[in-house]
Amino acid sequence: MADKVLMKGNEVIGEAAVLAGCRYYFGYPITPQSELPAYLARRLPEVEGVFLQAESEVAAINMVYGAASAGARVMTSSSSPGVSLKQEGLSYIAGAEMPCVVVNVVRGGPGLGNISPAQSDYWQATRGGGHGDYRTLVLAPNSVQEMADMTIAAFELADRFRNPVLLLVDGILGQMMEPVQLPAPTTYDINQKPWALGNPNPRKGGRNLCSTIFLDVEQLEEHNWHLYQKYQVVTDEFAKGAYKHLAVETHAVDDAEIVLVGYGIISRILKTVVEKARKRGIKAGLVRPKTLWPFPSQVLADLAAKTKQFLVVEMSCGQMVEDVKLAVDGKKPVFFFGRTGGTVPSDFEILNEVDKLVRPD
Amino acid sequence: MMTMEQVFARPKSMSKTPFHYCPGCDHGVVHRLVGECLDELEVGDKAIGVAPVGCSVFAYDYFNFDFNQAAHGRAPAVATGIKRVRPDRIVFTYQGDGDLAAIGTAEIVHAANRGEKITVIFINNAIYGMTGGQMAPTTLVGMKTATSPYGRDAQLCGNPIKVSEMLATLEAPVYVTRVAVNTPANLMKAKKALKNAFRLQKEGKGFTFVEVVSICPTNWGKSPTDAHQWLAEKMLPVFPLGTYKDTLGVDKS
Ligand SMILES: Cc1ncc(C[n+]2csc(CCOP(=O)(O)OP(=O)(O)O)c2C)c(N)n1
Ligand code: SF4
Ligand SMILES: [Mg+2]
Repeated sequence: MADKVLMKGNEVIGEAAVLAGCRYYFGYPITPQSELPAYLARRLPEVEGVFLQAESEVAAINMVYGAASAGARVMTSSSSPGVSLKQEGLSYIAGAEMPCVVVNVVRGGPGLGNISPAQSDYWQATRGGGHGDYRTLVLAPNSVQEMADMTIAAFELADRFRNPVLLLVDGILGQMMEPVQLPAPTTYDINQKPWALGNPNPRKGGRNLCSTIFLDVEQLEEHNWHLYQKYQVVTDEFAKGAYKHLAVETHAVDDAEIVLVGYGIISRILKTVVEKARKRGIKAGLVRPKTLWPFPSQVLADLAAKTKQFLVVEMSCGQMVEDVKLAVDGKKPVFFFGRTGGTVPSDFEILNEVDKLVRPD
Repeated sequence: MMTMEQVFARPKSMSKTPFHYCPGCDHGVVHRLVGECLDELEVGDKAIGVAPVGCSVFAYDYFNFDFNQAAHGRAPAVATGIKRVRPDRIVFTYQGDGDLAAIGTAEIVHAANRGEKITVIFINNAIYGMTGGQMAPTTLVGMKTATSPYGRDAQLCGNPIKVSEMLATLEAPVYVTRVAVNTPANLMKAKKALKNAFRLQKEGKGFTFVEVVSICPTNWGKSPTDAHQWLAEKMLPVFPLGTYKDTLGVDKS
């Protein structure tokens, strides 16, 4: 294993992508993810890869579609307004079952909003975002090390399930510098996917097609159920623990009377809140979804039988809280605390909320 | 005993699927020319097509090689991705005028400006064929369509966009030409242009663009013969045939 190096979150995603065998990047400039394309603009030519600055996010995601269909490991990155523009392409990519990795370093919205960190793209990321019946896998790291590990996992999941995988990051993580241990490089061959366009190896039917059009209603229905079944397999495998290291982290939940739920940078603040609450004699615990789709519902459902209440904390007006409520299914009350517009809640603010909930007088 | 020679056959690059195009439509003719050129250059097995939406969205059904079906207007971006991954393949897009000259304007201009080593075949029939005959950016002034029932008003909707002329102003493209398939003589020229374009790509020279001024008998409300006549009389003065950029002088050789 290599020594630890000190790196910035956005740059680590770039290096991890290269280590995962990604040789193609297409993107359009936007803050706060600029370090990532800058890193790859320098790094990809060193490994005979292609870095291309596209004319728009729309073009970038369609270049990704083309490169993925030709068998490459390929990535694009952007921030919220740019990711909105990528939704058309994502719908095609998911429909055609092409693997790719899309990074969203989320900023405040709606509209132009601001460039401060936010978590207000949860719905867009986990509900599909574009048109049609489809899903994207969504990973949400909370450290620079996890940004490396999850980038590599994202490429593997994308290939395994032939589906886009989103990395949902916020601006704080993107800018954060932490020591990171980088894994060994993977060798990847564009001809290892028998379905890829231009693959010279013989294949079934004589040629390969990448398409999302099914004029015949029965065929489209069949295709949509096929996609649905694939998403069921993803969900089942996550639920059964095949991706334990990726799915969810729990902390001090066994005896918890209040369970805090948060992802990304918020989960690090919540860990401090749990410690401080316990010092005050409040039995608090933490559930951190690391994968946002499929959502780790079972962990929350199990805890609903044991704990008294949940408090979901997000940098939004409340989006993931809906998934927590679905998982808890009315068995215990689920409360919400959020800051939005680029404000990061302090541990003190959250502790106050916990206090109010646990000692309502 | 007489020996028989086959003088006309389906190009090897093309499948046996019958065209779904309206009778007399130029799409089928251009498909056939593409097939013949790829065969003659012996690259049919190396070709990858990209067909965005438009009447030719099912182009993949008519060829034997790999295809990507792209979103409206995005084919040049998709082709960019494919060609960058597989530079040894012959990658081409096949786009309509609504597709290329309206929603996909950014993608075509920038693919051309980057000098992507792809071939773009642009079917300019002055109308949105597939969606039922709406006004296109190439619709002639005064021309009646479903969305310009009083005729295209230049004050309201501007004038027809001349894509070949526009792209010829860029540095990178090596070949930009406008052809038609309305007469046997023009058809032969069109074939030569397509072959030039594919040959240039085979040799790795750069971005090539072939605009084909075409008819849409169905949405123009004309018979194919009348439509070809109308094309010659009305469209060609606005969209003059000819080569607008030929960096390597292939037209002359
Ligand atoms: C995003 C999007 N907008 C609109 C459409 C509807 N649509 C399908 S084909 C087409 C235009 C086709 O016209 P053209 O490109 O000129 O091709 P033609 O059919 O004339 O060959 C449109 C608007 C679509 N499929 N996707
Ligand atoms: S609608 Fe027009 S362009 Fe489309 S196939 Fe028919 S004639 Fe051709
Ligand atoms: Mg048209």
